[in-house]
Amino acid sequence: MEHYISLFVRSVFLENMALSFFLGMCTFMAISKKIQTAIGLGIAVVVVLGICTPINNLIYTSFLKEGAMVWASPDFATVDLSFLGLLTYIGVIAAVVQILEMVLDKYVPALYNALGVFLPLITVNCAIMGAVLFMVERDYNFAESAVFGVGSGVGWALAITALAGIREKLKYSDVPAGLQGLGITFMTVGLMSLGFMSFSGVSL
Amino acid sequence: MSEIKKVLTEPLFGKNPIAVQILGICSALAVTTSLKVTLVMCVALTLVTACSSASIALIRNQIPNNIRIIVQMIIIASLVIVVDQILKAYAYDVSKQLSVFVGLIITNCIVMGRAEAFAMKNGPVLSFFDGIGNGLGYSLMLISVGTIRELFGAGKLLGFEILPLVKDGGWYVPNGLLLLPPSAFFIIALFIWALRAWKKELVEKAEFKILPNTEHSGGH
Repeated sequence: MEHYISLFVRSVFLENMALSFFLGMCTFMAISKKIQTAIGLGIAVVVVLGICTPINNLIYTSFLKEGAMVWASPDFATVDLSFLGLLTYIGVIAAVVQILEMVLDKYVPALYNALGVFLPLITVNCAIMGAVLFMVERDYNFAESAVFGVGSGVGWALAITALAGIREKLKYSDVPAGLQGLGITFMTVGLMSLGFMSFSGVSL
Repeated sequence: MSEIKKVLTEPLFGKNPIAVQILGICSALAVTTSLKVTLVMCVALTLVTACSSASIALIRNQIPNNIRIIVQMIIIASLVIVVDQILKAYAYDVSKQLSVFVGLIITNCIVMGRAEAFAMKNGPVLSFFDGIGNGLGYSLMLISVGTIRELFGAGKLLGFEILPLVKDGGWYVPNGLLLLPPSAFFIIALFIWALRAWKKELVEKAEFKILPNTEHSGGH
């Protein structure tokens, strides 16, 4: 149990997807003007990450990994399909997002309307793909990958909500013309990232 | 001919993918600590963008509109697999340093963005050069950031010593902040500022204007 809690805390704060690995930055910069939309997008990312990471983990360990196909026939003991990984992961992510969209539309229309256009955009959010690739690189098992997926999602949601909060206040300040908008946002995220670096001293 | 020149040069400054279109920022920040890794990433991304744009433009009239994203994804993912395998075979240590970022070219918004915005509407040759142009715009930004970070952060360029460090008996005290991730944000922000000071039309309008303190200040 302790192991999972420490993995969760690590993926939320120490290895924050947005502020220490810079994943999902494009959406992070573009859709952080209002707290309301930022929270909606954050929730969508948590859900998609929490589903996609364990599913891809299952596919990796039972089909793609070297010798993983042994369950089908002992002849497959040397088959290594891991080069197909990238294609498979992105396919799974696109499919999960599509299914989630249809399920939400049918059963939870309120949430569906709240998420709106963000849901399909999540397919190309590199935070999702990044988390899946990290999961493969670090060789997590099924339970670990579920915890890691949810944790990374929560970390990303936390970061984008915080940035949206700052930007809502920031629009009233007198910024030099050339830095207006994008420039000052970069500076803000840089400072937030410096702040999050203080967590790296925590050892778990 | 002038069309090709236009799509090649425009993304360098006026429509720079990173500073103006806000595309492909993730990798710009994460892979720029050393110049060698940066160069490999730039070449990989430029090739993938050019080839994917060209192949998507070739079949753009056959792709059904409602599944176009999936088709584009598959083309891009196959190209990235090729790049990934080549890197693993011929430059294993660089590929280890880049770790997940090679795979993340798939979700790099430049590739997807150019496919969607340009290749779906233009011929293969023009799309190929548009891909190269945008790759170069991306490379220009990344190489500048990478040079600054490695030169002033570690006193080296491509592993060769340029500024002798104090700890090796030289005179340069390295700026450790530049090797840490947040520094890339500040450098890119300064680049954006410089670019907008040069090209005034890119400056964004402020949402709120601050009024002078007193109503009848000055003049009377």
